[in-house]
Amino acid sequence: MTSPDTSVPVVLDRVSVAIGGRPILRDVDLTVHAGDMVTLLGPNGSGKSTLVRALTGLLPVARGEVRLFGTPLDDFGDWQRIGFVPQRSTATGGVPATVREVVASGRVGRRRLLRPTSAADRSAVESALEVVGLSDRASHGVSQLSGGQQQRVLIARALAGEPDLLVLDEPTAGVDLPNQQALADALRQLKERGATIVLVAHEIGPMMPLIDRTVVMRDGWVAYDGPPLTQEVASHTHHHHDHDVPGGHDHAPHVSSPFDWERGNPG
Amino acid sequence: MSFIDLLSLDFMQRALVAALLTGLAAPAIGTFIVQRRLALLGDGIGHVAVTGVALGLLTGASPTWSAIVVAVLGAVLMEVIRERGHTNGDVALALLFYGGLAGGVLITGIAGQGAATLQAYLFGSLNSISFADVVFTAILAAVVLVLTLGLSPQLFAVASDQDFARVAGLRVRGYNLLIAVLAAVSITVAMRTVGLLLVSALMVVPVATSQQLARSFRATFVGAMLVGCVASVGGLLLSAALSFRVDVAPGPTIVLMALAMFTATWPIGVWLRRRSRLMAPFPEVSAAPHRSTDQHPHEHGKDCGHPAVPHADHVDYVHDGHRHAPHGEHYDEH
Ligand SMILES: Nc1ncnc2c1ncn2[C@@H]1O[C@H](COP(=O)(O)OP(=O)(O)OP(=O)(O)O)[C@@H](O)[C@H]1O
Ligand SMILES: [Mg+2]
Repeated sequence: MTSPDTSVPVVLDRVSVAIGGRPILRDVDLTVHAGDMVTLLGPNGSGKSTLVRALTGLLPVARGEVRLFGTPLDDFGDWQRIGFVPQRSTATGGVPATVREVVASGRVGRRRLLRPTSAADRSAVESALEVVGLSDRASHGVSQLSGGQQQRVLIARALAGEPDLLVLDEPTAGVDLPNQQALADALRQLKERGATIVLVAHEIGPMMPLIDRTVVMRDGWVAYDGPPLTQEVASHTHHHHDHDVPGGHDHAPHVSSPFDWERGNPG
Repeated sequence: MSFIDLLSLDFMQRALVAALLTGLAAPAIGTFIVQRRLALLGDGIGHVAVTGVALGLLTGASPTWSAIVVAVLGAVLMEVIRERGHTNGDVALALLFYGGLAGGVLITGIAGQGAATLQAYLFGSLNSISFADVVFTAILAAVVLVLTLGLSPQLFAVASDQDFARVAGLRVRGYNLLIAVLAAVSITVAMRTVGLLLVSALMVVPVATSQQLARSFRATFVGAMLVGCVASVGGLLLSAALSFRVDVAPGPTIVLMALAMFTATWPIGVWLRRRSRLMAPFPEVSAAPHRSTDQHPHEHGKDCGHPAVPHADHVDYVHDGHRHAPHGEHYDEH
């Protein structure tokens, strides 16, 4: 690896992650370039969320190094540049809160301690609500919304922070097609502003045209890293693709089932 | 001596100030504790503080100080056990709960003090409040209020979604500890008025009352403080008024007062929630089949008694679980 480049939002350098001593991610290399949108695909339990949680610093890395914007995770301090939509997170707590209040909590990384809300905070919240189409429900209680609407609240919360790197873990689970389209439009706007997006998804749907690259996880390692794939094609990928070296030496363990997909096929 | 005379007594005035401050501080931190779904945290800390009081009685130190030290240590310990997550958080809480109470009663016995001494701390006691106690209470309550109000965006984010807050760059562990420590502080603040065994009620019941009527976090927060003040001052006055006839401790009176307010708002809350669900506009959906109702017995209107709910450019009347939309001479099923 070359010297850290501050313009590269995400670098995972031979990262291994263990949960409770059990290895989950094994030697994952991943570089996401500025302005790119990368989707992480793979079956349940393949380690997508683990990867995302390792790169957001929620899980400690057992071996290897994660660098965000060129800074090793331990020294990284610019957290307001990162937006995060956790998987299956709930927008409700033990106390009622309105949609606007939850979305406004997305500004928390940009707020100084003991300062009142600024005009910038308010306008960012309003435009995030606009993007997910919940402006008219801003003063509704979050617990009164449907699951898909709550998911959109969480997306708006991440957008409100105006992140340079947005990490979304299955943001479209339970979101209907028109709203997936709305989210795709929102991500397009964000991308046009130069933001980098890492998206974990099972259905890509309307996001397809935005995607620059697909990474397929399988059993804790990267099984494919290359041009965009749809979910259907990705689910047939059993082949560890070793960084764009056609026919290159592949030292990762192979999965025994025969692979019926080869990079370059129409996808 | 009349009730008014009673109010002019020094100890009563001191107690009123202490009650007011307690009524503000306990629900303020209580809102975040309830938001984190740790409603019983206060109880755990309260029981641990019993040991603190007993240690004060044993060593001759100020029971308030020893209570605060032990309560803070207990709160930190609970937070650590919860965060490590190896034991069930509930069980950890229960262990401290029983340990604290048993330890407290045992040590009080060793100190040669009777149950009566401890009772003043367990259930609150008006005439045990000194001027120094009031000053101390005021300072601690001010600290709790300044921190909960000033840091409310941060505390809200941490209490609602820890993962998100951590990625946003907040020191989640620090804020969790802060919540636990502030809870311990407000418990010792409330010790003199409500008593350690009931103090947690003042953190939880006003929040439960307030959320019957409020829809936003902010309204719940402010409402809880209001309910807390009314309950603690009102309960104190009530117990003072009753004290001419029977011996009532202020703590139980305050808690029952808060519970009475909850009971009063509960049906209103049920009604409000039902109404807001009922009156939420129906979504616009195109291409629904056109069906008209069977023979309709009456004309829907302002006073027909059926809720009129906005639906796109018209209203639907909710009639026996059906949605009736006026269409010329008849009604359509929407
Ligand atoms: N808290 C945990 N404790 C123990 N094992 C875990 C934990 N979280 C995840 N794992 C294990 O890590 C592996 C990867 O899980 P991960 O959540 O990353 O999968 P995923 O790809 O996100 O799946 P999904 O599509 O279901 O979200 C799984 O085998 C799972 O059993
Ligand atoms: Mg996952």
